[in-house]
Amino acid sequence: MPPIDIAPQETATSRSSAPVINDFSIQVATVNGSGSQTANLVLLRSILLMGVPVSGKNMFPSNIAGLPTWYTIRASRRGYIARKKEVDFLVAMNPETAKEDVLTLDPGAAVVYDEPLKLNALRSDLTFYPVPFDTLVTAVCPDAKLRRLVRNMIYDGILAKLLGIDMAMMDQALARQLGKKAKAMTLNAAALKAGFEYAETKFTKQDPFHIERMNETAGKILIEGNAAAAIGCMMAGVTVVAWYPITPSSSLCESLIGYMRKYRIDKDTGKATFAIVQAEDEIASLGMVIGAGWAGARAMTATAGPGISLMGEFAGLAYYAETPAVIFDVQRVGPSTGLPTRTAQGDLLSTAFLSHGDTKHILLIPNSVEESYELAIEAFDLSERFQTPIFVMMDLDLGMNNWMSDGFKYPSKPIDRGKRLTPEVLKTLGEWGRYRDVDGDGIPYRTVPGDGMPAFFTRGSGHNDKAQYSERPDDYVNNVDRLNRKFETARKAVPAPIIETDKDAKIGIIGYGTSHWAITESRDQLREETSVKTSYLRVRAYPFNEDILAFIDAHERIYIVEQNRDAQLAMLLRLELSPERCAKLRSVLHYSGLPIDARSVSDDILAQEGFEVAKRITPASASSMTGGE
Amino acid sequence: MATAPIKMNRIGLEPQIYKGGKTTLCAGCGHNAISERIIDAFYEMGVDPKQVVKLSGIGCSSKSPAYFLGGSHGFNAVHGRMPSVGTGAMLANQKLIAIGISGDGDTGAIGIGQFVHLMRRNLPIIYIIEDNGCYGLTKGQFSPTADMGSKLKNGVVNDLPPIDTCALAIELGATFVARSFSGDKKQLLALLKAALSHRGTVMLDVISPCVTFNDHEGSTKSYSYVKDHDDQLEEISFVPFFEDISVDYEPGTTQEVKMHDGSKLYLKKLGEGYDPTDKIAALRTLHEVGRRGEFATGLVYIEPDRDDFMRLLNVVDEPLASLPLERTRPPQAALDEIMNSLR
Repeated sequence: MPPIDIAPQETATSRSSAPVINDFSIQVATVNGSGSQTANLVLLRSILLMGVPVSGKNMFPSNIAGLPTWYTIRASRRGYIARKKEVDFLVAMNPETAKEDVLTLDPGAAVVYDEPLKLNALRSDLTFYPVPFDTLVTAVCPDAKLRRLVRNMIYDGILAKLLGIDMAMMDQALARQLGKKAKAMTLNAAALKAGFEYAETKFTKQDPFHIERMNETAGKILIEGNAAAAIGCMMAGVTVVAWYPITPSSSLCESLIGYMRKYRIDKDTGKATFAIVQAEDEIASLGMVIGAGWAGARAMTATAGPGISLMGEFAGLAYYAETPAVIFDVQRVGPSTGLPTRTAQGDLLSTAFLSHGDTKHILLIPNSVEESYELAIEAFDLSERFQTPIFVMMDLDLGMNNWMSDGFKYPSKPIDRGKRLTPEVLKTLGEWGRYRDVDGDGIPYRTVPGDGMPAFFTRGSGHNDKAQYSERPDDYVNNVDRLNRKFETARKAVPAPIIETDKDAKIGIIGYGTSHWAITESRDQLREETSVKTSYLRVRAYPFNEDILAFIDAHERIYIVEQNRDAQLAMLLRLELSPERCAKLRSVLHYSGLPIDARSVSDDILAQEGFEVAKRITPASASSMTGGE
Repeated sequence: MATAPIKMNRIGLEPQIYKGGKTTLCAGCGHNAISERIIDAFYEMGVDPKQVVKLSGIGCSSKSPAYFLGGSHGFNAVHGRMPSVGTGAMLANQKLIAIGISGDGDTGAIGIGQFVHLMRRNLPIIYIIEDNGCYGLTKGQFSPTADMGSKLKNGVVNDLPPIDTCALAIELGATFVARSFSGDKKQLLALLKAALSHRGTVMLDVISPCVTFNDHEGSTKSYSYVKDHDDQLEEISFVPFFEDISVDYEPGTTQEVKMHDGSKLYLKKLGEGYDPTDKIAALRTLHEVGRRGEFATGLVYIEPDRDDFMRLLNVVDEPLASLPLERTRPPQAALDEIMNSLR
């Protein structure tokens, strides 16, 4: 029996007959280093300015110039911002990948392409719009050296005409992107106009895709997760930052440097209320953060998987010696160097237990740019409250792509510096021991150098509750058991999961991080297309909150959606669940390096539920993503 | 019975305050002598122990911060990574006085990367290598500062060239580089006091024989070998800023170096004369003395005026660690401005 496609509205016939308004994806295939980023961001922002919910995802190589890059823009009237699996509108600018890009399209898609590529000969079930880019760019840009950089703006003009994007919005988006660069502004505006006029005179609209004005984006911002987290760090009052460049986390520290230079210079003296150091490696970065945290500063670093691996020894020191530290892990595809410019949620397990011996860490997992901002602030409070490293588990998709969001709220509460010994506290305690659990929550009181309070000797070797060197069995056991009590206290203090319950649902979905966006869209697909109802729990931290148990108990089957091969969150959960609860767990795993999409989640769940589902190909996933380093 | 009045230093503290826990190192270990000189120097200079942070890596040397300045905070970090922890502490609070104790393995092997970058930054820290040419705590293996031809107890001969940590530190940008011997009380004390007057990275390599694993015939780091091959670059006198002492010397015989805090170093020339402010001469001298199989000790190089790391970072004068929230959290207007720029 042939497989049945469970999404009949996406077949070629239905596509060509009815107009598709504000619900499609555009993929621009270019060569990296060709200045396409400006054109893509202008296109993205112009759709936002049309009031249409929009998202942009960059799929780029680990290379500076000359290799294929794809930028996908999704307009969605329903506000879906996950990656859409299917490409509806292709802009083929890269001769190297053009053929394969066209061959992998679904029937009914439209293609704008560079005329000499003659792509129209490849298929008869697509709409083709050939554009002589070289001729057009020569006319608007007399300086041959600059043409390469302006050329891409022409496709924005073409798309404005074909899709119906208001040229005033295009111009506004361009001005936002280029700002005060007057010469660049003039050249690009001319290219934009040339594209629009060419499409106006040469093309008859044959595809069904339209952008129509909506009112869904008023007040929204567009920002990358890394910049959002950086703003959070600044608002949390970070004072010491040590980092080592690594994709995809570099832009977190780089945007932080930008913001701090603007907003954290002391007005009276012109001096910085912060110190940011580019260290010699990730090991030194964490060492500096630990030293600074030990001495009482709010300190952070940002890295990716390879950096996390290097930080292992220091992470264990901070856990055992109990010094605060905030570490952002913007996850990319591993193992080893892996796919440095592709996204994954593959560091969960190794980070939760990072370092040798009995070590475990608190992880925070934001799903959005807004949560990247909020959990960044939360991370500093938790790290001082619990005197331990806090890992903020972001990913490349979140960190490096532009996301639409509401504006961020100003923090409503003062910062939490945790349990610090003061003369008053000392009076009530009587005798102080650095690692003594006086409150029963596993969290001791600490002093910092220079605060005038009693000193202690911090060490990664065995110690008793007075911080004295000890190899006594009872001292060791008492200390690590207290650390466990502290971890249990954290279970109630970390951000609780977000739960959406459908009381008729037999299926529960558990997800985290950026998978959220595909999951919410998938839940709509499942309900609307196949009447499958689901509840949803989004994990936001490790250790897990106890709400997760009730959620599992309330459903017959639990699908855990993750962007890794080994079902890492499911493994972490299994460590804590009874065999009966474990038996309910199933996994939906996506680990191609591309951001997870709703259709893949729906198909996988339906297949496991016994539905028959069509096999689909992943656009661009097979084509020419090779070469370079 | 009348007792003698306890001697106090200039900040009113008695010598006892500067002591630490009882040493667990071997009797006769050079490291213990260094701890005693540190106690003397900090006491005599009137350093407030509450402002001092003691940092170390892993190894016999790195245990020693527990044996001096018991009232100061200490951080015994991980192997070879003390420089980064010390850097972080100083970034957090530049009012602290940091003293880091490392060993030749902790610095020259596992920690060479962090050592290199610490020297480049000119962070205000006194970095001491307690250098015995071997790994004591793991029972006597060669370390990277072992000389070529030096012999282990079991007869194994080192055939790799040593790392000269002083030459390396000068090359990399440290601004106070010295070498001494744990058995030379006078020179070591003068250098430590001068180190406390310097603002920038002090790199002090102290040859400190390992009595258990490297003090035998055939070792170039034994007490007797070091005593016989100690080539002093100059005779050092240190006059702290708070003592009104004038030193008379015949013109041309002594070099005077003014330190950051107004203290003065008087370097009486020995033999041909030596100028520790001349970087190239310093490197040449280290190589020449080394070629003769000797150790050049004393102040090898000094650059008193270069900006330290905190100045380069242009941070506010107060400790970053204790800045109040109103100075570290920008106002609502700043967040609004950022949000508007993203719309």
